[in-house]
Amino acid sequence: MKFTRRQALGLTAGAAALGFTGLGSSLAFANAEDTEKRIMEFTGGKKPESGKITLTAPEIAENGNTVPISVSVESAMSGDDLVESVMILAEGNPNPAVATFHFTELSGEASATTRMRLAKTQNVVAVAKMKDGSAYSDTRQVKVTIGGCGG
Amino acid sequence: MAKSKPRVKVPKSAKAGEVITIKTLISHKMESGQRKDKAGKVIPRSIINKFTCEFNGAKVFECDIDPAISANPFFEFTAKVSEPGTFNFIWVDDDGSIYTEEKKIEVN
Repeated sequence: MKFTRRQALGLTAGAAALGFTGLGSSLAFANAEDTEKRIMEFTGGKKPESGKITLTAPEIAENGNTVPISVSVESAMSGDDLVESVMILAEGNPNPAVATFHFTELSGEASATTRMRLAKTQNVVAVAKMKDGSAYSDTRQVKVTIGGCGG
Repeated sequence: MAKSKPRVKVPKSAKAGEVITIKTLISHKMESGQRKDKAGKVIPRSIINKFTCEFNGAKVFECDIDPAISANPFFEFTAKVSEPGTFNFIWVDDDGSIYTEEKKIEVN
């Protein structure tokens, strides 16, 4: 069997395209649905409302290895007005779970800061679970520039 | 790996009922289990998976940690102090090691 130059080129391009799709599926990044599922498990099937919770993250993170994030929830932190836990999720990471903070009355305030890893530009979600069963969430998009020149 | 060394910042004294800010940092490479070595083999996960802060034996703050937390995990959080006492900080490693640190606080 003999190929003309044009046919040979077409075949190579096709093979390359196949290679790419194969690679894409093997990376298996977490997606929005997986994140949604985790939120539902965390809140016990309740859809979180917006408000009360504030997630602070940089708009642009030059280094995806250490992205500072802060979360704070409006609460008296006593009696029934208590934040039990706050879960942080990253939609575009290989595994969306980042961390879960658990607060008590001794915390005084429901606020915490940490540093996280981000694989690529994506949404970061914080979900708060209150003692009375209600849930609140906030989302921030963080742009990740790899190479560190600020883009 | 190098021994994990915790560093904690707690104010020396506080007024009764004051909400203070505590900062903690511990040296740890936090291997995510996603990276591969030069031979293409996955480097096994090795992280600190739990951090707890207690005051006089009562839990103040706790965090379940996943591999998406950066190397040398840093946490900043608050605590309400109504009496003098001791803060205990506990980090739990995947390999079962436990790293601890304690800080005393006066109330005036």
